[in-house]
Amino acid sequence: MSLIQILIIGSNPPIMETIERLINREGIWKATIAFSNDDALEKLHSTNFKMVLLCAGIDQEKLFKEKLLKLYPNLPVITHYGGGSGLLFAEIYQAIL
Amino acid sequence: MAQTVLHKANTRGVADHGWLKSYQSFSFAGYYNPDRINFGALRVLNDDIVTGGMGFGEHPHDNMEIISIPLEGELQHKDSMGNVATIKAGEIQVMSAGTGIFHSEYNSDKDNPAKFLQIWLFPNQRNVTPRYDQILLENQHKKNEFIQILSPDKDDAGVWIYQNAWFNLAYFDAENSRTYQLHQPGNGVYIFVLKGQIEVNGQLLETRDGFGIWETDAFDIKAVGDAEFLVMEVPMEF
Repeated sequence: MSLIQILIIGSNPPIMETIERLINREGIWKATIAFSNDDALEKLHSTNFKMVLLCAGIDQEKLFKEKLLKLYPNLPVITHYGGGSGLLFAEIYQAIL
Repeated sequence: MAQTVLHKANTRGVADHGWLKSYQSFSFAGYYNPDRINFGALRVLNDDIVTGGMGFGEHPHDNMEIISIPLEGELQHKDSMGNVATIKAGEIQVMSAGTGIFHSEYNSDKDNPAKFLQIWLFPNQRNVTPRYDQILLENQHKKNEFIQILSPDKDDAGVWIYQNAWFNLAYFDAENSRTYQLHQPGNGVYIFVLKGQIEVNGQLLETRDGFGIWETDAFDIKAVGDAEFLVMEVPMEF
């Protein structure tokens, strides 16, 4: 079975690495990090992601979310809160279950 | 007419990690219940017991207002902003995680558990500069009044956070009742009973029950016996 691809976008490297590790640890999801908006757009163009998580420190976050929703209307774009395992899994379950 | 929701204590999620027993009013980590995600801006209410000498190793947070209220024992706090502190019963700790913070919380008392409430609220601003604060609660055992411990205002009683929320602790003698007046239209109130029995809007609540009420400006709370409880007013839309 192929892994569900999740794009995580944010600018705080230690937190992004933690979120990546937490997602990948589940064994059914595969996280890909984008550290900038341009990086995210490039990755979205080349990979079929099932959802996007917007993490801390995104440039012009609100506008960027609107842009993503316009470009990919069927892609869940979720604003992530908490920076760790506390809310992460509920956010993913709510988006893709 | 006021809307209400009742969360009986024994319907909460439970995580038992040996060193940590956590009773979770809303979905958290491995506990997922789509009907229990949040109450307005209140996203996490964990009733935690940490074994003596154990604790939460260093871990990150971002974009969340995190409030800890110790009920028994003490926790040693260290964070990536250089704060080192001990927090104990009678105090309240707040972290605005903002762009990101790492911290650890340990029960430094090897012989006794630490019991505390861990409460997370969605912030009204994302990506703020992280901050930490803790204060000793004043008037903490004043009876039959609402004792404000948190607000959005730096100059008001208690700690402040990036959200239009107000928290009050209350220690009521049996048969005492008071009216709680909400601060802001559109807010709701989540009441968590720490000890004893109270009645809210005709609903009997027992120890560790949670009760949400919204679409009202005010409501009465009556202690059935001696009771301690936490009143959390939060925006329902945020």
